[in-house]
Amino acid sequence: MSGRPLSLGETIAWGLAGLILFLGIWTTLSISGLVPRQFLPTPLGVITRFVQLLTTPFAGATLPQHLASSFQRYLSGMMLAALVGVPLGLLMGWFRLLDDILSPIFEGLRFIAPIAWVPFAALWFGTGIGGPVMIIFAGAFPPCLINAYRGARFVDPRLIEASQMLGTGHLRTILEVLLPASIPSIVAGLRVAAGLGWQSLVGAELIVAAAGVGFMMVQAQANVSTPTVMTGMIAIGIAGMLIDVLLRYGEALILRRRGLVV
Amino acid sequence: MGSIRFDSVNKVFGGVKALDDINLEIAEKEFVAIVGPSGCGKTTCLRIVAGFETPTSGIVSVNGKRVTAPGPDRAVVFQQFVLFPWKTVRQNIDLGLRNKNFAGDERERLIRSVLDLMNLESYADAFPHQLSGGMQQRVAIARAYVLDPEVLLMDEPFGALDAQTRVLMQEELVRLSRVNPRTVLFITHSVEEAVYLADRVAIMTRRPGRIKEVLDIKTVRNEERWNRFQRIEDVMDLDSFIHLRTHVWKSLREEKREDRQ
Repeated sequence: MSGRPLSLGETIAWGLAGLILFLGIWTTLSISGLVPRQFLPTPLGVITRFVQLLTTPFAGATLPQHLASSFQRYLSGMMLAALVGVPLGLLMGWFRLLDDILSPIFEGLRFIAPIAWVPFAALWFGTGIGGPVMIIFAGAFPPCLINAYRGARFVDPRLIEASQMLGTGHLRTILEVLLPASIPSIVAGLRVAAGLGWQSLVGAELIVAAAGVGFMMVQAQANVSTPTVMTGMIAIGIAGMLIDVLLRYGEALILRRRGLVV
Repeated sequence: MGSIRFDSVNKVFGGVKALDDINLEIAEKEFVAIVGPSGCGKTTCLRIVAGFETPTSGIVSVNGKRVTAPGPDRAVVFQQFVLFPWKTVRQNIDLGLRNKNFAGDERERLIRSVLDLMNLESYADAFPHQLSGGMQQRVAIARAYVLDPEVLLMDEPFGALDAQTRVLMQEELVRLSRVNPRTVLFITHSVEEAVYLADRVAIMTRRPGRIKEVLDIKTVRNEERWNRFQRIEDVMDLDSFIHLRTHVWKSLREEKREDRQ
Protein backbone atom coordinates (compact mmCIF):
# COMPACT_ATOMS: atom_id res chain seq x y z
CA MET A 1 0.00 0.00 0.00
CA SER A 2 1.15 3.49 -0.67
CA GLY A 3 0.91 6.27 1.94
CA ARG A 4 2.31 6.53 5.44
CA PRO A 5 0.88 4.27 8.16
CA LEU A 6 -1.70 6.06 10.33
CA SER A 7 -2.19 5.94 14.08
CA LEU A 8 -5.28 4.24 15.46
CA GLY A 9 -6.90 7.61 16.23
CA GLU A 10 -6.29 8.85 12.70
CA THR A 11 -7.62 5.62 11.21
CA ILE A 12 -10.84 5.93 13.21
CA ALA A 13 -11.15 9.63 12.35
CA TRP A 14 -10.82 8.98 8.60
CA GLY A 15 -13.25 6.09 8.82
CA LEU A 16 -15.82 8.33 10.53
CA ALA A 17 -15.19 11.06 7.96
CA GLY A 18 -15.96 8.60 5.17
CA LEU A 19 -19.17 7.50 6.90
CA ILE A 20 -20.31 11.12 7.50
CA LEU A 21 -19.59 12.00 3.86
CA PHE A 22 -21.60 8.98 2.72
CA LEU A 23 -24.56 9.84 4.97
CA GLY A 24 -24.28 13.48 3.88
CA ILE A 25 -24.52 12.64 0.19
CA TRP A 26 -27.36 10.23 0.90
CA THR A 27 -29.31 12.83 2.95
CA THR A 28 -28.74 15.53 0.32
CA LEU A 29 -29.93 13.28 -2.46
CA SER A 30 -33.12 12.22 -0.71
CA ILE A 31 -34.05 15.58 0.91
CA SER A 32 -33.32 17.69 -2.18
CA GLY A 33 -35.81 15.61 -4.12
CA LEU A 34 -33.18 14.76 -6.78
CA VAL A 35 -34.25 11.19 -6.15
CA PRO A 36 -37.93 10.68 -5.25
CA ARG A 37 -38.35 10.06 -1.52
CA GLN A 38 -40.15 6.83 -2.23
CA PHE A 39 -37.12 5.42 -4.09
CA LEU A 40 -34.53 6.63 -1.64
CA PRO A 41 -35.61 7.05 1.97
CA THR A 42 -33.66 9.47 4.18
CA PRO A 43 -31.13 8.06 6.64
CA LEU A 44 -33.26 9.37 9.49
CA GLY A 45 -36.31 7.64 8.04
CA VAL A 46 -34.40 4.37 7.86
CA ILE A 47 -33.08 4.67 11.40
CA THR A 48 -36.57 5.43 12.70
CA ARG A 49 -37.93 2.43 10.86
CA PHE A 50 -35.07 0.28 12.15
CA VAL A 51 -35.84 1.20 15.77
CA GLN A 52 -39.56 0.74 15.14
CA LEU A 53 -39.05 -2.74 13.73
CA LEU A 54 -37.11 -3.82 16.79
CA THR A 55 -40.43 -4.04 18.63
CA THR A 56 -43.19 -3.64 16.04
CA PRO A 57 -43.90 -6.69 13.89
CA PHE A 58 -43.80 -6.43 10.11
CA ALA A 59 -44.84 -9.38 7.95
CA GLY A 60 -45.68 -11.32 11.08
CA ALA A 61 -42.53 -10.77 13.13
CA THR A 62 -40.25 -8.12 14.63
CA LEU A 63 -36.78 -7.58 13.20
CA PRO A 64 -35.05 -9.63 15.94
CA GLN A 65 -37.53 -12.46 15.31
CA HIS A 66 -36.85 -12.29 11.58
CA LEU A 67 -33.12 -12.32 12.30
CA ALA A 68 -33.46 -15.29 14.63
CA SER A 69 -35.34 -17.19 12.00
CA SER A 70 -32.68 -16.32 9.42
CA PHE A 71 -29.91 -17.41 11.74
CA GLN A 72 -31.50 -20.77 12.27
CA ARG A 73 -31.63 -21.36 8.54
CA TYR A 74 -28.16 -19.96 8.07
CA LEU A 75 -26.57 -22.10 10.77
CA SER A 76 -28.21 -25.25 9.40
CA GLY A 77 -26.90 -24.49 5.91
CA MET A 78 -23.42 -23.62 7.15
CA MET A 79 -23.20 -26.66 9.38
CA LEU A 80 -24.25 -28.93 6.55
CA ALA A 81 -21.74 -27.28 4.19
CA ALA A 82 -18.90 -27.70 6.70
CA LEU A 83 -19.87 -31.26 7.65
CA VAL A 84 -19.97 -32.38 4.01
CA GLY A 85 -17.41 -30.03 2.47
CA VAL A 86 -14.49 -30.42 4.86
CA PRO A 87 -14.40 -34.25 5.02
CA LEU A 88 -15.01 -34.54 1.27
CA GLY A 89 -12.25 -32.01 0.59
CA LEU A 90 -9.80 -33.94 2.78
CA LEU A 91 -10.74 -37.24 1.14
CA MET A 92 -10.27 -35.72 -2.34
CA GLY A 93 -6.94 -34.33 -1.21
CA TRP A 94 -5.78 -37.80 -0.11
CA PHE A 95 -7.32 -40.24 -2.59
CA ARG A 96 -6.28 -39.33 -6.12
CA LEU A 97 -9.01 -41.46 -7.69
CA LEU A 98 -11.76 -39.64 -5.77
CA ASP A 99 -10.19 -36.35 -6.81
CA ASP A 100 -10.20 -37.41 -10.47
CA ILE A 101 -13.82 -38.52 -10.28
CA LEU A 102 -15.29 -35.56 -8.42
CA SER A 103 -13.17 -32.58 -9.47
CA PRO A 104 -14.69 -32.04 -12.95
CA ILE A 105 -18.23 -32.11 -11.57
CA PHE A 106 -17.40 -29.83 -8.70
CA GLU A 107 -15.44 -27.39 -10.88
CA GLY A 108 -18.52 -26.93 -13.05
CA LEU A 109 -21.05 -26.71 -10.24
CA ARG A 110 -19.21 -24.19 -8.12
CA PHE A 111 -19.62 -21.39 -10.68
CA ILE A 112 -23.40 -21.54 -10.46
CA ALA A 113 -24.58 -18.70 -8.22
CA PRO A 114 -26.51 -19.93 -5.15
CA ILE A 115 -29.56 -17.93 -6.25
CA ALA A 116 -29.69 -19.95 -9.48
CA TRP A 117 -30.63 -22.96 -7.35
CA VAL A 118 -33.81 -21.28 -6.11
CA PRO A 119 -36.24 -23.04 -8.48
CA PHE A 120 -34.80 -26.48 -7.88
CA ALA A 121 -34.30 -25.93 -4.18
CA ALA A 122 -38.01 -25.17 -3.89
CA LEU A 123 -38.94 -28.13 -6.06
CA TRP A 124 -36.69 -30.68 -4.40
CA PHE A 125 -36.63 -29.60 -0.78
CA GLY A 126 -39.72 -27.45 -0.42
CA THR A 127 -40.08 -23.97 0.96
CA GLY A 128 -39.95 -25.02 4.60
CA ILE A 129 -36.48 -25.59 6.03
CA GLY A 130 -35.04 -27.73 3.18
CA GLY A 131 -35.09 -25.36 0.19
CA PRO A 132 -33.58 -22.31 1.86
CA VAL A 133 -30.96 -24.41 3.61
CA MET A 134 -29.95 -25.89 0.29
CA ILE A 135 -29.39 -22.41 -1.18
CA ILE A 136 -27.22 -21.35 1.76
CA PHE A 137 -25.44 -24.69 1.42
CA ALA A 138 -24.81 -23.93 -2.27
CA GLY A 139 -23.12 -20.69 -1.26
CA ALA A 140 -21.09 -22.03 1.65
CA PHE A 141 -20.12 -25.47 0.37
CA PRO A 142 -17.47 -24.62 -2.28
CA PRO A 143 -15.05 -22.73 -0.02
CA CYS A 144 -15.37 -25.45 2.65
CA LEU A 145 -14.45 -28.13 0.16
CA ILE A 146 -11.81 -26.18 -1.75
CA ASN A 147 -9.90 -25.08 1.32
CA ALA A 148 -9.95 -28.51 2.95
CA TYR A 149 -8.80 -29.98 -0.37
CA ARG A 150 -5.98 -27.46 -0.82
CA GLY A 151 -4.98 -27.86 2.81
CA ALA A 152 -4.71 -31.61 2.35
CA ARG A 153 -2.95 -31.40 -1.03
CA PHE A 154 -0.34 -28.96 0.15
CA VAL A 155 0.57 -30.62 3.43
CA ASP A 156 4.34 -30.71 3.79
CA PRO A 157 5.18 -33.97 1.95
CA ARG A 158 7.77 -34.77 4.60
CA LEU A 159 5.00 -35.01 7.21
CA ILE A 160 3.26 -37.56 5.01
CA GLU A 161 6.51 -39.49 4.61
CA ALA A 162 6.99 -39.45 8.39
CA SER A 163 3.45 -40.71 8.83
CA GLN A 164 3.97 -43.48 6.27
CA MET A 165 7.23 -44.71 7.73
CA LEU A 166 5.45 -45.00 11.08
CA GLY A 167 2.96 -47.32 9.40
CA THR A 168 -0.04 -44.99 9.68
CA GLY A 169 -3.18 -46.13 7.84
CA HIS A 170 -5.40 -44.01 5.58
CA LEU A 171 -8.05 -42.99 8.12
CA ARG A 172 -5.53 -42.13 10.80
CA THR A 173 -3.39 -40.19 8.33
CA ILE A 174 -6.41 -38.14 7.30
CA LEU A 175 -7.54 -37.50 10.87
CA GLU A 176 -4.19 -37.00 12.56
CA VAL A 177 -1.98 -35.57 9.83
CA LEU A 178 -4.00 -34.04 6.99
CA LEU A 179 -6.76 -32.54 9.15
CA PRO A 180 -4.55 -30.83 11.74
CA ALA A 181 -2.11 -29.69 9.05
CA SER A 182 -5.01 -28.20 7.08
CA ILE A 183 -6.66 -26.40 10.00
CA PRO A 184 -5.42 -22.92 9.04
CA SER A 185 -6.63 -23.41 5.48
CA ILE A 186 -9.94 -24.94 6.62
CA VAL A 187 -10.63 -22.13 9.08
CA ALA A 188 -9.92 -19.55 6.38
CA GLY A 189 -12.33 -21.47 4.12
CA LEU A 190 -15.01 -21.50 6.81
CA ARG A 191 -14.71 -17.74 7.11
CA VAL A 192 -15.17 -17.27 3.38
CA ALA A 193 -18.02 -19.79 3.50
CA ALA A 194 -19.67 -17.91 6.35
CA GLY A 195 -19.63 -14.74 4.27
CA LEU A 196 -20.92 -16.37 1.09
CA GLY A 197 -23.55 -18.32 3.02
CA TRP A 198 -24.82 -15.16 4.67
CA GLN A 199 -24.90 -13.40 1.30
CA SER A 200 -27.05 -16.21 -0.07
CA LEU A 201 -29.60 -15.62 2.68
CA VAL A 202 -31.85 -13.19 0.80
CA GLY A 203 -31.93 -15.54 -2.17
CA ALA A 204 -32.74 -18.40 0.16
CA GLU A 205 -35.58 -16.51 1.77
CA LEU A 206 -37.16 -15.56 -1.55
CA ILE A 207 -38.88 -18.91 -1.29
CA VAL A 208 -39.69 -18.83 2.41
CA ALA A 209 -43.26 -18.29 3.43
CA ALA A 210 -42.97 -17.56 7.13
CA ALA A 211 -40.19 -15.39 8.54
CA GLY A 212 -36.60 -14.22 8.02
CA VAL A 213 -34.87 -10.97 7.15
CA GLY A 214 -34.92 -11.81 3.45
CA PHE A 215 -38.61 -12.68 3.68
CA MET A 216 -39.26 -9.37 5.44
CA MET A 217 -37.49 -7.51 2.63
CA VAL A 218 -39.43 -9.29 -0.07
CA GLN A 219 -42.71 -8.42 1.70
CA ALA A 220 -41.60 -4.81 2.15
CA GLN A 221 -40.73 -4.59 -1.53
CA ALA A 222 -44.25 -5.71 -2.38
CA ASN A 223 -45.60 -2.93 -0.13
CA VAL A 224 -43.11 -0.39 -1.55
CA SER A 225 -41.86 0.22 1.99
CA THR A 226 -38.31 1.22 1.07
CA PRO A 227 -37.26 2.09 4.65
CA THR A 228 -38.11 -1.49 5.64
CA VAL A 229 -36.09 -2.91 2.75
CA MET A 230 -33.20 -0.68 3.74
CA THR A 231 -33.53 -1.78 7.37
CA GLY A 232 -33.23 -5.39 6.22
CA MET A 233 -30.11 -4.55 4.22
CA ILE A 234 -28.51 -2.82 7.18
CA ALA A 235 -29.42 -5.69 9.50
CA ILE A 236 -27.84 -8.16 7.09
CA GLY A 237 -24.75 -5.98 6.77
CA ILE A 238 -24.28 -5.60 10.51
CA ALA A 239 -24.95 -9.27 11.26
CA GLY A 240 -22.52 -10.27 8.48
CA MET A 241 -19.85 -8.03 9.94
CA LEU A 242 -20.42 -9.48 13.40
CA ILE A 243 -20.14 -13.03 12.05
CA ASP A 244 -16.89 -12.14 10.33
CA VAL A 245 -15.42 -10.43 13.40
CA LEU A 246 -16.34 -13.44 15.50
CA LEU A 247 -14.76 -15.90 13.06
CA ARG A 248 -11.68 -13.74 12.66
CA TYR A 249 -11.27 -13.84 16.41
CA GLY A 250 -11.77 -17.61 16.41
CA GLU A 251 -9.23 -17.99 13.61
CA ALA A 252 -6.63 -15.92 15.44
CA LEU A 253 -7.26 -17.97 18.56
CA ILE A 254 -6.70 -21.26 16.74
CA LEU A 255 -3.55 -20.03 15.00
CA ARG A 256 -2.15 -18.70 18.27
CA ARG A 257 -2.77 -21.97 20.04
CA ARG A 258 -0.88 -23.71 17.25
CA GLY A 259 2.07 -21.41 17.83
CA LEU A 260 1.72 -20.13 14.25
CA VAL A 261 1.10 -16.50 15.23
CA VAL A 262 2.34 -14.97 18.45
CA MET B 1 17.06 -59.86 10.91
CA GLY B 2 17.74 -56.44 9.43
CA SER B 3 20.07 -56.79 6.46
CA ILE B 4 19.90 -54.34 3.58
CA ARG B 5 20.91 -55.17 0.03
CA PHE B 6 21.28 -52.94 -3.04
CA ASP B 7 21.35 -55.01 -6.24
CA SER B 8 22.50 -53.04 -9.33
CA VAL B 9 20.28 -50.12 -8.42
CA ASN B 10 19.84 -47.32 -10.95
CA LYS B 11 17.75 -44.21 -10.57
CA VAL B 12 16.98 -41.67 -13.26
CA PHE B 13 15.33 -38.36 -12.42
CA GLY B 14 13.91 -36.62 -15.48
CA GLY B 15 16.53 -38.02 -17.85
CA VAL B 16 19.42 -37.38 -15.45
CA LYS B 17 21.10 -40.43 -13.99
CA ALA B 18 21.20 -39.97 -10.21
CA LEU B 19 22.34 -43.45 -9.18
CA ASP B 20 24.51 -45.68 -11.33
CA ASP B 21 24.71 -49.37 -10.56
CA ILE B 22 24.71 -49.23 -6.76
CA ASN B 23 25.68 -52.51 -5.14
CA LEU B 24 25.97 -52.63 -1.39
CA GLU B 25 25.24 -55.13 1.34
CA ILE B 26 24.70 -54.11 4.91
CA ALA B 27 24.74 -56.94 7.42
CA GLU B 28 22.48 -57.28 10.40
CA LYS B 29 23.31 -54.79 13.17
CA GLU B 30 25.96 -53.20 11.02
CA PHE B 31 26.33 -49.40 10.95
CA VAL B 32 27.13 -48.16 7.45
CA ALA B 33 27.62 -44.50 6.59
CA ILE B 34 27.48 -43.13 3.06
CA VAL B 35 29.55 -39.99 2.52
CA GLY B 36 29.71 -37.95 -0.62
CA PRO B 37 29.42 -34.45 -2.03
CA SER B 38 25.97 -32.86 -2.07
CA GLY B 39 23.92 -34.00 -5.01
CA CYS B 40 25.72 -37.34 -5.33
CA GLY B 41 22.53 -39.30 -4.66
CA LYS B 42 23.30 -40.55 -1.15
CA THR B 43 19.95 -39.36 0.15
CA THR B 44 18.26 -41.05 -2.81
CA CYS B 45 19.82 -44.35 -1.70
CA LEU B 46 18.24 -43.93 1.72
CA ARG B 47 14.90 -42.85 0.30
CA ILE B 48 14.76 -45.98 -1.82
CA VAL B 49 15.33 -48.19 1.22
CA ALA B 50 12.67 -46.19 3.07
CA GLY B 51 10.24 -46.86 0.21
CA PHE B 52 9.76 -43.17 -0.62
CA GLU B 53 11.32 -43.64 -4.07
CA THR B 54 11.41 -46.62 -6.40
CA PRO B 55 14.57 -47.51 -8.31
CA THR B 56 14.44 -47.12 -12.09
CA SER B 57 16.05 -50.53 -12.30
CA GLY B 58 17.59 -52.95 -9.82
CA ILE B 59 16.31 -54.16 -6.49
CA VAL B 60 16.62 -52.98 -2.92
CA SER B 61 15.69 -55.55 -0.35
CA VAL B 62 15.55 -55.68 3.42
CA ASN B 63 15.82 -59.16 4.94
CA GLY B 64 15.68 -60.55 1.43
CA LYS B 65 12.30 -58.93 0.88
CA ARG B 66 11.99 -56.42 -1.90
CA VAL B 67 11.13 -52.91 -0.71
CA THR B 68 7.95 -51.56 -2.31
CA ALA B 69 6.46 -49.10 0.18
CA PRO B 70 7.36 -47.28 3.39
CA GLY B 71 6.84 -49.16 6.64
CA PRO B 72 7.67 -49.18 10.35
CA ASP B 73 10.27 -51.93 9.93
CA ARG B 74 12.44 -49.21 8.35
CA ALA B 75 12.22 -46.20 10.66
CA VAL B 76 13.57 -42.93 9.26
CA VAL B 77 15.23 -40.06 11.11
CA PHE B 78 15.05 -36.96 8.89
CA GLN B 79 17.48 -34.06 8.74
CA GLN B 80 14.67 -31.61 9.56
CA PHE B 81 13.25 -33.83 12.36
CA VAL B 82 9.72 -33.75 10.82
CA LEU B 83 7.83 -34.13 14.07
CA PHE B 84 4.07 -33.55 14.04
CA PRO B 85 3.79 -30.00 15.38
CA TRP B 86 0.28 -30.52 16.79
CA LYS B 87 1.30 -33.56 18.82
CA THR B 88 3.18 -33.53 22.09
CA VAL B 89 6.46 -35.41 22.43
CA ARG B 90 4.57 -38.35 23.92
CA GLN B 91 1.94 -38.34 21.15
CA ASN B 92 4.64 -38.14 18.47
CA ILE B 93 6.32 -41.22 19.89
CA ASP B 94 2.99 -42.96 20.48
CA LEU B 95 1.70 -42.77 16.89
CA GLY B 96 3.87 -45.60 15.57
CA LEU B 97 3.01 -47.78 18.58
CA ARG B 98 -0.70 -47.16 18.10
CA ASN B 99 -0.30 -48.14 14.44
CA LYS B 100 1.14 -51.43 15.65
CA ASN B 101 -1.97 -51.90 17.81
CA PHE B 102 -0.04 -52.27 21.05
CA ALA B 103 -2.09 -52.19 24.26
CA GLY B 104 -2.18 -48.98 26.27
CA ASP B 105 -0.03 -50.08 29.20
CA GLU B 106 2.53 -51.68 26.89
CA ARG B 107 2.77 -48.42 24.93
CA GLU B 108 3.15 -46.44 28.12
CA ARG B 109 5.98 -48.73 29.24
CA LEU B 110 7.79 -48.45 25.90
CA ILE B 111 7.36 -44.68 25.73
CA ARG B 112 8.67 -44.27 29.24
CA SER B 113 11.74 -46.39 28.57
CA VAL B 114 12.61 -44.59 25.32
CA LEU B 115 12.07 -41.17 26.95
CA ASP B 116 14.44 -42.31 29.65
CA LEU B 117 16.96 -43.60 27.11
CA MET B 118 16.98 -40.28 25.25
CA ASN B 119 16.90 -38.10 28.41
CA LEU B 120 13.52 -36.67 27.51
CA GLU B 121 11.53 -37.60 30.64
CA SER B 122 10.64 -34.06 31.61
CA TYR B 123 9.57 -33.07 28.09
CA ALA B 124 6.91 -35.71 27.49
CA ASP B 125 4.08 -33.20 27.33
CA ALA B 126 5.91 -30.42 25.49
CA PHE B 127 5.14 -29.54 21.89
CA PRO B 128 7.98 -29.69 19.35
CA HIS B 129 8.10 -25.91 18.81
CA GLN B 130 8.89 -25.50 22.51
CA LEU B 131 12.07 -27.58 22.14
CA SER B 132 15.52 -26.78 20.76
CA GLY B 133 16.71 -28.42 17.54
CA GLY B 134 18.80 -30.96 19.45
CA MET B 135 15.86 -31.92 21.66
CA GLN B 136 13.58 -32.23 18.64
CA GLN B 137 16.03 -34.58 16.98
CA ARG B 138 16.16 -36.67 20.18
CA VAL B 139 12.39 -36.97 19.95
CA ALA B 140 12.67 -38.01 16.29
CA ILE B 141 15.25 -40.65 17.20
CA ALA B 142 13.06 -41.83 20.10
CA ARG B 143 10.08 -42.04 17.72
CA ALA B 144 12.12 -44.29 15.42
CA TYR B 145 13.78 -46.36 18.17
CA VAL B 146 10.59 -47.13 20.05
CA LEU B 147 9.29 -49.13 17.09
CA ASP B 148 12.22 -51.49 17.50
CA PRO B 149 12.76 -51.31 13.72
CA GLU B 150 14.89 -53.82 11.91
CA VAL B 151 16.76 -51.03 10.23
CA LEU B 152 17.25 -47.41 11.12
CA LEU B 153 17.62 -44.93 8.27
CA MET B 154 19.26 -41.66 9.24
CA ASP B 155 19.38 -38.91 6.63
CA GLU B 156 21.97 -36.35 7.78
CA PRO B 157 20.25 -36.40 11.16
CA PHE B 158 22.64 -33.93 12.77
CA GLY B 159 23.04 -31.67 9.75
CA ALA B 160 20.62 -29.05 11.06
CA LEU B 161 22.22 -28.83 14.52
CA ASP B 162 24.90 -26.48 15.80
CA ALA B 163 28.43 -27.85 16.23
CA GLN B 164 28.26 -28.47 19.99
CA THR B 165 24.87 -30.14 19.94
CA ARG B 166 26.01 -32.18 17.00
CA VAL B 167 28.96 -33.62 18.92
CA LEU B 168 26.75 -34.49 21.90
CA MET B 169 24.28 -36.23 19.63
CA GLN B 170 27.04 -38.19 17.92
CA GLU B 171 28.33 -39.42 21.28
CA GLU B 172 24.79 -40.24 22.27
CA LEU B 173 24.26 -42.26 19.11
CA VAL B 174 27.42 -44.26 19.82
CA ARG B 175 26.16 -44.93 23.35
CA LEU B 176 22.75 -45.90 21.96
CA SER B 177 24.17 -48.28 19.40
CA ARG B 178 26.16 -50.01 22.14
CA VAL B 179 23.10 -50.42 24.38
CA ASN B 180 20.79 -51.42 21.58
CA PRO B 181 22.58 -52.15 18.30
CA ARG B 182 20.53 -51.80 15.11
CA THR B 183 21.22 -52.04 11.42
CA VAL B 184 21.85 -48.43 10.50
CA LEU B 185 22.16 -46.70 7.15
CA PHE B 186 23.54 -43.26 7.91
CA ILE B 187 23.83 -40.46 5.35
CA THR B 188 26.23 -37.59 5.97
CA HIS B 189 28.65 -35.27 4.24
CA SER B 190 30.80 -35.02 7.35
CA VAL B 191 33.83 -37.27 7.03
CA GLU B 192 34.59 -37.15 10.78
CA GLU B 193 31.03 -38.10 11.62
CA ALA B 194 31.10 -41.06 9.25
CA VAL B 195 34.44 -42.38 10.50
CA TYR B 196 33.51 -41.87 14.14
CA LEU B 197 30.12 -43.57 13.93
CA ALA B 198 30.23 -46.22 11.24
CA ASP B 199 31.48 -49.78 10.99
CA ARG B 200 31.98 -49.21 7.28
CA VAL B 201 32.03 -46.02 5.22
CA ALA B 202 30.84 -46.03 1.61
CA ILE B 203 32.25 -43.17 -0.47
CA MET B 204 30.04 -41.97 -3.30
CA THR B 205 30.96 -40.09 -6.45
CA ARG B 206 28.87 -37.51 -8.17
CA ARG B 207 26.97 -37.57 -11.45
CA PRO B 208 26.15 -40.28 -11.90
CA GLY B 209 26.13 -41.35 -8.23
CA ARG B 210 28.36 -44.38 -7.86
CA ILE B 211 29.91 -46.12 -4.88
CA LYS B 212 33.60 -45.56 -5.34
CA GLU B 213 34.99 -47.32 -2.32
CA VAL B 214 33.81 -49.02 0.85
CA LEU B 215 36.16 -48.59 3.78
CA ASP B 216 36.29 -50.88 6.81
CA ILE B 217 36.41 -48.89 10.04
CA LYS B 218 35.28 -51.52 12.51
CA THR B 219 38.46 -53.60 12.36
CA VAL B 220 40.64 -50.59 13.11
CA ARG B 221 38.24 -49.36 15.80
CA ASN B 222 38.38 -52.72 17.59
CA GLU B 223 42.13 -53.13 17.20
CA GLU B 224 42.84 -49.63 18.44
CA ARG B 225 40.10 -49.88 21.08
CA TRP B 226 38.38 -46.54 20.28
CA ASN B 227 35.61 -47.60 22.61
CA ARG B 228 37.70 -46.92 25.69
CA PHE B 229 37.06 -43.19 25.09
CA GLN B 230 33.80 -41.50 25.92
CA ARG B 231 34.52 -38.28 24.09
CA ILE B 232 34.71 -37.78 20.36
CA GLU B 233 37.74 -35.43 20.58
CA ASP B 234 39.82 -38.16 22.24
CA VAL B 235 39.00 -40.56 19.42
CA MET B 236 39.68 -37.86 16.82
CA ASP B 237 43.18 -37.41 18.28
CA LEU B 238 44.15 -41.02 17.61
CA ASP B 239 46.53 -41.68 14.73
CA SER B 240 44.34 -44.51 13.55
CA PHE B 241 41.34 -42.14 13.33
CA ILE B 242 43.33 -39.46 11.54
CA HIS B 243 44.67 -42.00 9.09
CA LEU B 244 41.20 -43.23 8.13
CA ARG B 245 39.76 -39.74 8.00
CA THR B 246 42.55 -38.57 5.70
CA HIS B 247 41.99 -41.58 3.48
CA VAL B 248 38.33 -40.67 3.05
CA TRP B 249 39.20 -37.02 2.49
CA LYS B 250 41.66 -37.88 -0.26
CA SER B 251 39.19 -40.16 -1.89
CA LEU B 252 36.57 -37.42 -1.92
CA ARG B 253 39.05 -34.82 -3.15
CA GLU B 254 40.17 -36.96 -6.08
CA GLU B 255 36.53 -37.21 -6.88
CA LYS B 256 36.19 -33.43 -6.91
CA ARG B 257 39.23 -33.05 -9.13
CA GLU B 258 37.82 -35.51 -11.64
CA ASP B 259 34.65 -33.53 -11.46
CA ARG B 260 36.36 -30.32 -12.48
CA GLN B 261 37.87 -31.68 -15.69
